[in-house]
Amino acid sequence: MDRKAGWAKVESGIMESMASLTEDSATAGGDQGGVRRRDFINVAAASFAGVGAVSVALPLINQMNPSADVLAEASTEVDVSAIAPGQAIKTIFRKQPLFVRHLTPAEIAAAEKVPTSELRDPQSLEDRTKAGHKQWLVTMGVCTHLGCVPLGAAAGEVKGEFGGYFCPCHGSHYDTAGRIRKGPAPTNLMVPEYAFTSPTVIKVG
Amino acid sequence: MSFPWANEYKPSNAFTRYLDERLPLPRFVYNAVGAGYPVPRNLNYFWNFGVLAGVALMVQIVTGIVLAMHYAAEGTIAFASVEHIMRDVNAGWFIRYAHANGASMFFIVVYTHIFRGLFYGSYKPPREMVWHLGLVIFLLMMATAFMGYVLPWGQMSFWGAKVITGLFGAIPLVGEPIQTWLLGGFAPDNAALNRFFSLHYLLPFVILGVIILHIWALHIPGSSNPTGVEVKSEQDTVPFHPYYTAKDGVGVAAFFLLFASLVFFAPNMLGHPDNYIPANPMSTPAHIVPEWYFWPFYAILRAFTVDFFFIPAKLLGVLAMFASILLLFFLPWLDTSAVRSGHYRPLFRKFFWFGLVPCVIILAWCGGAPAEEPYVIISQIASAYYFAHFLIILPIIARVETPKPLPNSITEAVLANHAGTKLQPAE
Ligand code: HEM
Ligand code: FES
Repeated sequence: MDRKAGWAKVESGIMESMASLTEDSATAGGDQGGVRRRDFINVAAASFAGVGAVSVALPLINQMNPSADVLAEASTEVDVSAIAPGQAIKTIFRKQPLFVRHLTPAEIAAAEKVPTSELRDPQSLEDRTKAGHKQWLVTMGVCTHLGCVPLGAAAGEVKGEFGGYFCPCHGSHYDTAGRIRKGPAPTNLMVPEYAFTSPTVIKVG
Repeated sequence: MSFPWANEYKPSNAFTRYLDERLPLPRFVYNAVGAGYPVPRNLNYFWNFGVLAGVALMVQIVTGIVLAMHYAAEGTIAFASVEHIMRDVNAGWFIRYAHANGASMFFIVVYTHIFRGLFYGSYKPPREMVWHLGLVIFLLMMATAFMGYVLPWGQMSFWGAKVITGLFGAIPLVGEPIQTWLLGGFAPDNAALNRFFSLHYLLPFVILGVIILHIWALHIPGSSNPTGVEVKSEQDTVPFHPYYTAKDGVGVAAFFLLFASLVFFAPNMLGHPDNYIPANPMSTPAHIVPEWYFWPFYAILRAFTVDFFFIPAKLLGVLAMFASILLLFFLPWLDTSAVRSGHYRPLFRKFFWFGLVPCVIILAWCGGAPAEEPYVIISQIASAYYFAHFLIILPIIARVETPKPLPNSITEAVLANHAGTKLQPAE
């Protein structure tokens, strides 16, 4: 079919639909049932506008998510060589406190003594530390209840009934494996993604 | 709509006649809050609080816009800019104290307004829409005040933001992405501060819009009154102006008296001293407490300490806190008694004064206290009563109570209060 004939066909198609439109409006008001061409045009126009609205809304919603510079602070290195057993440090990871704790053998024993079936969020000390580095407990210092910083990392702070951490905001007690034992927090202190890059340096994130 | 006997607006000079034909704004005002709006003649001082809420909003908008001329929403200097307002800006201390205490005044007024509605059954047909729009305003106010409190970027600002956005983190699956999305990061920071400022500026104007709808919806049936009996004839009403403009004027004077006492003599009484310590993401204050007007809801949030039916305690607390407000939307269908006013409902009145009111006061007291015993158990009992009051007690009262006989009309009720006066047609 050459182009001219093609256009003629389109044109006659338009004429036809115009004719049916005027027909429709002539009989409009009568309840006719069935699908009219005008319904198609209405639905098509509304869907087109809808797709447009959604595609504009997406960037408007997405701008609220963390921006590139916030995400860029994604990893942190910590030298743990100076932390003596029984001590812990508080540093920053993604603008939030990070606890790195050097467990004493007694603390390790205390954590391992508890059957995991008794826990609210069942995890063993092994699940929460790296193989061969059981004495290093690395957790976020963010209470899983509503996000306060638990006490127990700095010297002299109360460690709660289970010798780990204690959140003063609503009274959550964590044990020496950072597991929730008592209080409103639903889960154990989060263990971030990390790895030992040398025996005394960890890379978090 | 109005009653057929409403006064009609008559432009008094050439200019108002000209205006009336082109933009009848004076006519609109006359019919809305002027002599063209007939109001029941027996309104008591509790009916002042709607106008007072409007005044409080205006105070917040004016002082807020002035503060925004000196405030900087940037994490490293926000705290310093508020101190700059307090120490360097001419009369800055006055404007900031007016804004901070103005928020408290706003809530005092709105809580009274809401309890007025609860006692006099203002939520019942045909005013359900008025009630619902009022609750929308209340929710917007809470969001506005919460975000405003974050702006000075002190310790309470920071940790309040963290705890409140943390509530969304309790939602299963989508909670954490929502929290990160709200904050624009993993913890409150510059991104959060900036967006909160933007929304804190915007929401009061949204509130203004909803207030217009609230009053529009109110003016269809017209104001209720302490008897709860609908207006029957012209005798039952007086024009809003001058009668209630004058009465509201008395209320406005009392409002500013209390407001000024706070601003000039106890500007920090309702605030928390920790908010004068700059935000520190590494250390949590010993007790995080929100502003006093959130205490009842905070107590409900913290009342859930154990899991129930596999739902974690944290999520239960959050659900209960939101439910405690959303519940009020269903009130028109929970309290099915045909009698509106608590004056004519002996049983309802007892549960109102000896049940609901002390319950909310106790919740507020627990919400401001540390999360320790005995506050936890007390807030658990009070939260249980709060829900039972609306979901169980009110529906039962509505069924079993025998109300006292209602007066035939507002006028009859008014005249009965003045012994010796005989019921006679108005001259
Ligand atoms: C519904 C009305 C409003 C409420 C309930 C409200 C509430 C609050 C509260 C509680 C604070 C914290 C005060 C403090 O402790 O320092 C605040 C701060 C602030 N508000 Fe508002 N506000 C309202 C309207 C506005 C408006 C319309 C603006 C205009 C931009 C505004 C601008 C500010 C600014 C710049 C601050 C930070 C300075 C400061 O902390 O004093 N507010 N607001
Ligand atoms: S935030 Fe830690 S117990 Fe609530």
